[in-house]
Amino acid sequence: MVLQALAFYFFAGIVIASAVMVISARNPVHSVLFLILAFFNSAGLFVLQGAELLAMTLVIVYVGAVAVLFLFVVMMLDINFTELRQGFRDNLHWGIAVGLLLIVELVIFLASWQFSGAIEETVVAKQPPVESGITNAEALGQIIYTKYVYFFQAAGIVLLIAMIGAIVLTLRQREGVKKQNIGAQVNRSVKESVELVDIKPGQGL
Amino acid sequence: MLEIGLGHYLTVAAILFTLGVFGIFLNQKNVIIILMSIELMLLAVNINLVAFSTHLQDLVGQVFALFVLTVAAAEAAIGLAVLVVYFRNRGTIAVQDINQMRG
Amino acid sequence: MYSAIVFLPLAGAIIAGFFGRALGPRGSEVVTSGFLIISAILACIAFTQGGGTQVVTVLPWMESGSFAVDWSLRIDALTRVMLVVVTVVSSVVHVYSIGYMSHDPHRPRFFAYLSLFTFAMLMLVTADNFLQLFFGWEGVGLASYLLIGFWYKKPSANAAAIKAFIVNRVGDFGFALGIMATFFVFDTVDFTSVFQAVPSKADDTFFFLGFEVHVMTTICLLLFMGAMGKSAQFFLHTWLPDAMEGPTPVSALIHAATMVTAGVFLVCRCSPMFEYAPGALAVVTVIGATTAFFAATIGLFQNDIKRVIAYSTCSQLGYMFFAAGVSAYGAAMFHLFTHAFFKALLFLGAGSVIHAMSDEQDMRKMGGLQTMLPITWSFMVVGTLALTGVGIPFTSIGFAGFASKDAVIELAYAAGTSVGMYAFVMGVVAALMTSFYSWRLIFMTFHGPHRASNEVIKKVHESGNVMLIPLVVLVAGSIVAGAFFKDFFIGSKSDSFWGEAIYVADHGAHAKYDHAAIDHDAHGSDTAEHAAADEHGTAVDTHTDSHAEDAGHGGGHGHHPPDWVVLMPVLVTVLGFAIAWYFYISRPDLPPKIAARRNPIYLFLYNKWYFDELYDFIFVRPARWLGRMLWKQGDGWFIDGFGPDGVSARVLDTTKRVIQLQTGYIYHYAFAMLIGVAILTTVFAVRAF
Repeated sequence: MVLQALAFYFFAGIVIASAVMVISARNPVHSVLFLILAFFNSAGLFVLQGAELLAMTLVIVYVGAVAVLFLFVVMMLDINFTELRQGFRDNLHWGIAVGLLLIVELVIFLASWQFSGAIEETVVAKQPPVESGITNAEALGQIIYTKYVYFFQAAGIVLLIAMIGAIVLTLRQREGVKKQNIGAQVNRSVKESVELVDIKPGQGL
Repeated sequence: MLEIGLGHYLTVAAILFTLGVFGIFLNQKNVIIILMSIELMLLAVNINLVAFSTHLQDLVGQVFALFVLTVAAAEAAIGLAVLVVYFRNRGTIAVQDINQMRG
Repeated sequence: MYSAIVFLPLAGAIIAGFFGRALGPRGSEVVTSGFLIISAILACIAFTQGGGTQVVTVLPWMESGSFAVDWSLRIDALTRVMLVVVTVVSSVVHVYSIGYMSHDPHRPRFFAYLSLFTFAMLMLVTADNFLQLFFGWEGVGLASYLLIGFWYKKPSANAAAIKAFIVNRVGDFGFALGIMATFFVFDTVDFTSVFQAVPSKADDTFFFLGFEVHVMTTICLLLFMGAMGKSAQFFLHTWLPDAMEGPTPVSALIHAATMVTAGVFLVCRCSPMFEYAPGALAVVTVIGATTAFFAATIGLFQNDIKRVIAYSTCSQLGYMFFAAGVSAYGAAMFHLFTHAFFKALLFLGAGSVIHAMSDEQDMRKMGGLQTMLPITWSFMVVGTLALTGVGIPFTSIGFAGFASKDAVIELAYAAGTSVGMYAFVMGVVAALMTSFYSWRLIFMTFHGPHRASNEVIKKVHESGNVMLIPLVVLVAGSIVAGAFFKDFFIGSKSDSFWGEAIYVADHGAHAKYDHAAIDHDAHGSDTAEHAAADEHGTAVDTHTDSHAEDAGHGGGHGHHPPDWVVLMPVLVTVLGFAIAWYFYISRPDLPPKIAARRNPIYLFLYNKWYFDELYDFIFVRPARWLGRMLWKQGDGWFIDGFGPDGVSARVLDTTKRVIQLQTGYIYHYAFAMLIGVAILTTVFAVRAF
């Protein structure tokens, strides 16, 4: 128990600290790196709660794809980031006041969260007990591919569309680049391609 | 204190979410940080979902968190794509300059 | 048949009004005039058939609690007389207008209005209850407005139309109050029921501002106020002369023969009510007599041919009112009846003159037309003779006005009361002036040298047959109507003629006309009236009682007016003629001199007693000032300022601020979101603890 508690405070502390750094770091590259750290540690929190699949997905998807994407964009775009930092302090006092109020209230509430008894009966998909030997990933797979298959497919479509959208948005047609346009080639007809000229003898064209 | 329960996770999630909102309005100029703040908020949501899922021994929460992850990934991809296009056209990503659609 | 009389003009108006474009002017003229002539013939048949009171219910109108009103036609002697007057004069005017308006491009509209007016007037005279009467009352007001303003491109015509409408509103306000009071007191507006119930309320009073007021007097005075407005009596007369801006046939039909007599009709119709309000009757008498005198004085020096006749109309209406005021309703109706003929004749004759003179109305620019317009001249002379009441005293031989006007004057004397005496004196003086200005009109227009320009003189021509033939009807009426119908209206047969249509109480200054002792034994026929009253269950006396009382009453005054009273009107008529002759034939140089001296009395009369100026000062300018203040301060500053404009300005201000909230910067929205979440959480926290 103690180990678990220590692990929780370790991960939670790092998550919060790195989140603070994400929003306050001067260099966006550092921000991205702290974001990665936050994701890693929240993956640890997930593991603590027995959600291994989600933890792994978080690491793979976020750290492996999204965060790298961020890093990529940040480093690719030639931006004067020091300029962008200006104005950070303008609203700070107000923001901190409201934010602190919010945090205090949320903590007071959520720390003492209690369910009423009847909520247990609304459980839809019971988590298999540890003794059964069924892993978290297997249990999730069993309901994702059966009960929630349509949602799963929909999520796939969302990703597909996001991918296409991203490509379409960033695809750039450069002027002056010689390219083969197959559609135009196929659509050519004889009439517009070949002109027959009857040239009388002794005359030029 | 040593007994880690639902409340602890919810507290972490709440703090994370507030930090996310903070990040949006404190960074008045940098869109990338704002996007990252949104990711933080989504992460907070996911922590909530997983915490409830574990507490109730109900897998649906984790399924939902999975979908949230999916959508968050899609959102990040599109958002960054838009950002790139915008930067290409305007040469800046300062939030103050994104005001062409203002009435 | 009665329905046909009333609704044929409406059909004509609808056809000409809505389909006039398709029918064309000729078609509209034929349809409206044809319908009107049919209606007139039917009305004459109904008149000769006689018969007691009939009620023809057309359809129910409204019912609300104890308030129930039907559309129904009440046909009694009064109505029959009015039906004849209205339809005959109207059809004459219709036919006349075909000629008079032949150059006007808007003839279908004109004829539609004329027929609409006729319908409204018929509705008024056939009304079975006050509300229907009010409908007709307002209907004729509307038609009058439309017709005065028929030449809507003339600003003066529009102004006159509006003036007529507004002045009538004053009267109509009183009239409407009178109807409401009637309903309040009697719980019905039906004539029959009201008249039945009148005696039971005869002595009722109510308290108003600490004064004890007689109920019937109040109601009657309010009703009379409406009559004053419509009939252009003293104080509310100002619209009538201005109404001459309308086409002349309109003046003849509406502002001489029919509509303006609606007030007289109203008083006669409500005779059972007025009889129980002696105070109101006295007011009627005084106002009528004053109007007769006052309008005549103005008529003396007017130069516009139509205005002279208009003031004459006003004056003659005064006669009718004081006749009604001394309870001589039969005489009032008789004068109304004859007046309709000769006044329409005069107006149409004047229209003929104006037509011939290329729309010139100023008499100073006429003169010497007798040889050029012989037929019109002869018609006008007949009209004037009828108006001035020429006839042979102590016989019934004379023109229409002789029979009716002299009867009115003598009855006023016979009433024996002080107001009756006042009316008599005023009537005689007015008769003198009537004679003067009527002959002055004839002399200035038809005699003496030509005063018009040569071009106008060259164009002078006698009107066509379509204008002259209708006048023949009126000429006949002007000559014989008086002598022929005298017995029916005020003579020996009057009681059976009127039946229950007119009620004369015994306690009033009841005087029966007994001119030249034709049959002064006719008191017995008084019983018919009382029989009618008996039927209503309201008889005050039995026949014999009334007879005895009447005889006793009548002994002192009235049934045989002294000879000098009988001679008086004729004498002053001759005198007026002589004065006119002296001024305009013997010494035509005198009138311009008098005018040039700008004598105060002359100016006072020439400017119509300064009534228009007075009203302008008392009512129009304060009203304009008030309206302007309400417009600028009340509407512009207060209502607009705090209403639409203010609200819209505040909305603009607010939105300007709200727009500033909509910065478009995402961090502002995020901050707002944070604050929102914080507030929600706080609320949640507060509620939880």
